[in-house]
Amino acid sequence: MSDEFGFFLLLMSNGLLIGLMYALIALGFVLVYKATDAVNFAQGEFVMISGILVAAALDVWKAPLWISVVAGLATMVAFGFGLERVMLRKLIGRPVIAVVMATIGLASILRGIGPTTFGAGSRPLPLPVPDAPIVLGPLFIPPIQLVGALVSLCFLGGFGWFFVKSRKGIAMRAVADNQQVAMAMGINVERYFGLAWAMTGMVSALGGIIWGNIIGVDVNLALVGFKVFPVVILGGLDSIPGAIIGGLIVGVVENVAAGYVDPYVGGGTKDFAPYVLMIVALMIRPYGIFGKRIIERI
Amino acid sequence: MIQRECGVLKTSYEADMALYPLPIARWTVGILGVVFFLLIPLGLHEYYLSVCNLVWIAVIGALGLNILVGYTGQVSIGHGAFMSVGAYTAANLATRLDSPWPVNLLAGGLMAAAVGAVVGIPSLRIKGLYLAIATLAGQLIIEWTINHVTFISGGVQASIEVPRPRLGSMVLDTQRDMYYFLLVFVVLAIVGTMNLVRSRVGRAFIAIRDQDIAAEIIGIDIFRYKLLAFAISSFYAGVTGVLYTYFLGIANYEQFQIGVSIDYLAMIIIGGLGSVLGSIFGAIFVTLLPIVIRLSMEAFGGLFFAQQTVLNLIPNLRLMLFGALIVIFLILEPDGLNRLWRNIRNYFRIWPFAY
Repeated sequence: MSDEFGFFLLLMSNGLLIGLMYALIALGFVLVYKATDAVNFAQGEFVMISGILVAAALDVWKAPLWISVVAGLATMVAFGFGLERVMLRKLIGRPVIAVVMATIGLASILRGIGPTTFGAGSRPLPLPVPDAPIVLGPLFIPPIQLVGALVSLCFLGGFGWFFVKSRKGIAMRAVADNQQVAMAMGINVERYFGLAWAMTGMVSALGGIIWGNIIGVDVNLALVGFKVFPVVILGGLDSIPGAIIGGLIVGVVENVAAGYVDPYVGGGTKDFAPYVLMIVALMIRPYGIFGKRIIERI
Repeated sequence: MIQRECGVLKTSYEADMALYPLPIARWTVGILGVVFFLLIPLGLHEYYLSVCNLVWIAVIGALGLNILVGYTGQVSIGHGAFMSVGAYTAANLATRLDSPWPVNLLAGGLMAAAVGAVVGIPSLRIKGLYLAIATLAGQLIIEWTINHVTFISGGVQASIEVPRPRLGSMVLDTQRDMYYFLLVFVVLAIVGTMNLVRSRVGRAFIAIRDQDIAAEIIGIDIFRYKLLAFAISSFYAGVTGVLYTYFLGIANYEQFQIGVSIDYLAMIIIGGLGSVLGSIFGAIFVTLLPIVIRLSMEAFGGLFFAQQTVLNLIPNLRLMLFGALIVIFLILEPDGLNRLWRNIRNYFRIWPFAY
């Protein structure tokens, strides 16, 4: 194979794997939006807090890995339930800017709490995954990306099944579709809101563990949450297969753009190429590839 | 004080539409004028004047954002980027062409208005959350562009020094000079905004916020007015950026990142969406918050924590309190400080009667 094509394949493969990991974070966003119509601008901060919790458990309390992971997951699930009960229940029915600003305020609170309680330094999050990249011809695949992509696919598939086949999932879709009718049918809407936020917490915990291993656990881990917007806009705000496709597209575009355009602009293309793509998508097809909601067009 | 409105008879349209028709209102404005023009600048120490200057700059920015978000209903997280456009335009003109500050100010504002209108183009197709995300993308792209295009940013560090503004032969380089300089623009901005919302354009903005499809049906060209709202709001933002650059003496992209956009959104939400007084209250509150936190932690923090942790705690405490205040205001008082003020004012307006 020629060198050019090999380079392109390398970019593509890395992009696909990273894209699946973006999809994991986007899944948290989609879960909340699908069930409660609320946007979560604090998704990155959820990932950061869960990463900090697990890293602190491993580092400070010296707990074994599986206890730390389970503790992190459980804490984030409880956090999701608690958050819905304390803050979001009061904001039902308010205009969109209210919920957006409430989650931005929450993001600010979490960004302050993290370094306050656990210190400002960057912590590593060691996982029992080998460091040496797997070499397949021109491709260099870091094993952690492979593990992350597999975990992501598992959970995306699992939640996809949950929403289509299980009773609770169908109830949640009913709540998202029309709250009043769902209430009339006897579905406890508030409990399902809590469950949606708890699921987001769990998914954020997984994302936090994997991304924390890749880029280290500190305040910057929250920045990965900004990438979630292009992913969900491209895929559709309330669609799980959309999160996968959107994640793959964003991952590939980011890497390919960075690989080919970076030498001309001196770096940093991967930060803004997905946003350009997102604006184009917003102008042409605002509800994304798989999104079902109709947006008023004027 | 039921008697404050007795005996006030208006015999012309101008009298009816006046900003301050009541004698007590005119007295209040007069007294406030004396306080802000004479007492504060001549009485306060330089450090407190610099804090006041920061507040004035924030007031102009908050007024601009409130025109867009509060009066026209278009959610925008891009305010910081428009400020940086104005700041860098002015800084480039000042260093490359040596132009005087009125030219820089106007050019910065107009450039920001043009960029704002371009970023506002998606508002013609999308609303609400999607528009917020589009303006967020606009903010990040503009940030990246200014940082990476060396023609604009003037080098790797992306900061440009500007000379102090001159009035004839006088150079404005003390905080007191800067105070008067900024106060003129603040008064212009406040009066301009109050007049804008009473005018035809302002009523069109409010119609678009309330029921945009009905507004289009009765003949308001929402295409033009939405772009106009973005342009006017970005003009205010550009002027804010230029004034901030003159205040600091240097244009630096780090002063205009996404945290600033969120700060301004917090200002208008805490202060009250859709009101001039609300923008002022919100700007004062959010600008003074970190200073109050720092002063109180320095004074009382030693009682609860060791000295070193106090210093580490202050920036995080600011973030936490800021976020907590946004959430508390959204849950408890969605119309902000303006509503609190109105409640107090209405109570005294009709005292001793109950209604």
